Amino acid sequence: MENKITGKAYVLGDNIDTDQIIPAEHLVYSTSDPEELKKYGHYALSSVPIEKAGLPYGGKPFIVGENHQSEYTIVIGGTNFGCGSSREHAPLSLKVAGVKVVIAQSYARIFYRNSVDGGFLIPYESQFKLSDKIKTGDFVEVDVEENKIINHTDGKDYQLNPLGDVFEIVKAGGLFEFARTSGMI
Amino acid sequence: MGMTITEKILAKSAKQARVSAGENVWLDVDVLMTHDVCGPPTIAIWKKEFGEKAKIWDKEKLVIFPDHYIFTKNSHANRNVDILRQFANDYDLPNYYDVGTERYKGVCHIALAEEGFNVPGTVLFGTDSHTCTSGAFGMFATGVGNTDAAFILGTGKIWEKIPETMKFTFKGKMPPYIASKDLILQILGDIGTDGATYRAMEFDGEVIDSLSMYERMTLTNMAIEAGGMNGIIAFDDTTKKYLSEIGVTEYDIFESDNDAVYHSKFNYDVAKLEPLVAKPHSPDNRDTVRNVEGTKLTKCYIGSCTGGKITDFRFAAELLFGNEVKVTTFVVPASTAVAKQLEEETLKGISLKEIFEKAGCIIAESSCAACLGGPSDTIGRSVEGDVVISTTNRNFPGRMGSKSSQVYLASPLTVTASAIRGVITDPREFL
Ligand code: SF4
Repeated sequence: MENKITGKAYVLGDNIDTDQIIPAEHLVYSTSDPEELKKYGHYALSSVPIEKAGLPYGGKPFIVGENHQSEYTIVIGGTNFGCGSSREHAPLSLKVAGVKVVIAQSYARIFYRNSVDGGFLIPYESQFKLSDKIKTGDFVEVDVEENKIINHTDGKDYQLNPLGDVFEIVKAGGLFEFARTSGMI
Repeated sequence: MGMTITEKILAKSAKQARVSAGENVWLDVDVLMTHDVCGPPTIAIWKKEFGEKAKIWDKEKLVIFPDHYIFTKNSHANRNVDILRQFANDYDLPNYYDVGTERYKGVCHIALAEEGFNVPGTVLFGTDSHTCTSGAFGMFATGVGNTDAAFILGTGKIWEKIPETMKFTFKGKMPPYIASKDLILQILGDIGTDGATYRAMEFDGEVIDSLSMYERMTLTNMAIEAGGMNGIIAFDDTTKKYLSEIGVTEYDIFESDNDAVYHSKFNYDVAKLEPLVAKPHSPDNRDTVRNVEGTKLTKCYIGSCTGGKITDFRFAAELLFGNEVKVTTFVVPASTAVAKQLEEETLKGISLKEIFEKAGCIIAESSCAACLGGPSDTIGRSVEGDVVISTTNRNFPGRMGSKSSQVYLASPLTVTASAIRGVITDPREFL
């Protein structure tokens, strides 16, 4: 696990559901074939209504053209991030697109579990709504030791909730790695 | 201090005398269910992580239903079913229900009930968020992702955080124009799509006691729409009767203690409830049908694990008898057993199927169909500009197909009344 993660922020609103993160029609692609896997990155966040894509102004697609990777690596959301289906393809598609951290005020249970147990990304909770404080395109840094996000664009920083119970699984890189290091399997 | 029914079941599964909300425990899983969308990646993770040693912990406890992308020409979707078929063949799985054979069942959550996998007091995990449906049988059931499912597949175990419980009590006499879908839409409007995140939702009261197993499943099915980890309804004579008819007679019965600790309690008088809709684009965007009456529709949809059960079609047939639909209306039985019942069950001497045909409905084969959009050739899929009213459970942008379509969620009564008029219509117009 990297201790400091830097990149451009992509800001979204409340209730970003799994159909917006990866629409159901694309769930047919193989997750083990490296070429097909790229499709998940390409379609990541493709069902977010365009006026809500990349707040505060909207109109900023997460993926441009035929790419499967995004210029944004840190996603900022509001409440209830990842609500909806159990599809693990949701955090997977964000990972394939290059996202390393999501920071949201709250998460739906399955998305949160999937992010942690699959080792796709770090799901941090913010202590208040950061989607009002950070703009899409801001250059930010997440400090995993200090549980902090620093916005280098305006110089402000915000404390994040420690990962708590799941920290050991996140640190190990997922449920299987955790189970192996702790001798469970 | 007492425990809730959810806590008692989880304590048993964790082999502990008691558990309390917030505690992390390792559970022994009784049944793992998967389907064609999440099965193949689950199998891939299991093979990769367990490698040469990969062993299914208990074949009898693994249940696989192809149901999501079934009747499509999409080659990637078909490949997913091929992977399941191969896997079932390689490991000689007893509980695989292949499409194209007599064993085919349709939508997993309804098939789990019909095939006797919903056993009171047990713990069931599935790679589908609506796995919470099974909680109607006095058991713990919840959805997980592929990694968790792969872990269960190899070990039979999974970690969970014990949820707090919210209790929803319904009293009074159910008016004929209210279906259990209205009850859950009422709750969703009150608490929102994250109102029960990481919590159990327990339903009780005289109204719940009076509901059939299928109507109960509509409530537990949509617990996830409030973010709930599980929905649960205690075992009673209705449960017992349903189970004995399909030959399930051995189970553990748990009840919440009187002094169990709840996160919160909600009380409703059903006599005061109105037919409801969830307006686009969220299941908690509640309004009364009366307030949106007259909204012009392009499609009506009666189907899915939420609204494609026999009870849903009984409601629909009652209103459709002697009427015609004014707008394209899809009838999608959740399971092949429901489809068969449509042919066998009659109303005033006519089979339900015939009533739907005469009314001008399009009857599709059992599967998830357009509930989740699906490949472009999926029957009933919404297209640009569609305004749909549906008995399904989600109306997020793009959920039923086009992200520019507008989807209203409602009870089978409201959807049927609306199909007859071609605009959103209160079922009281026909009752
Ligand atoms: S019918 Fe709809 S909600 Fe039910 S399992 Fe299928 S896709 Fe999911």
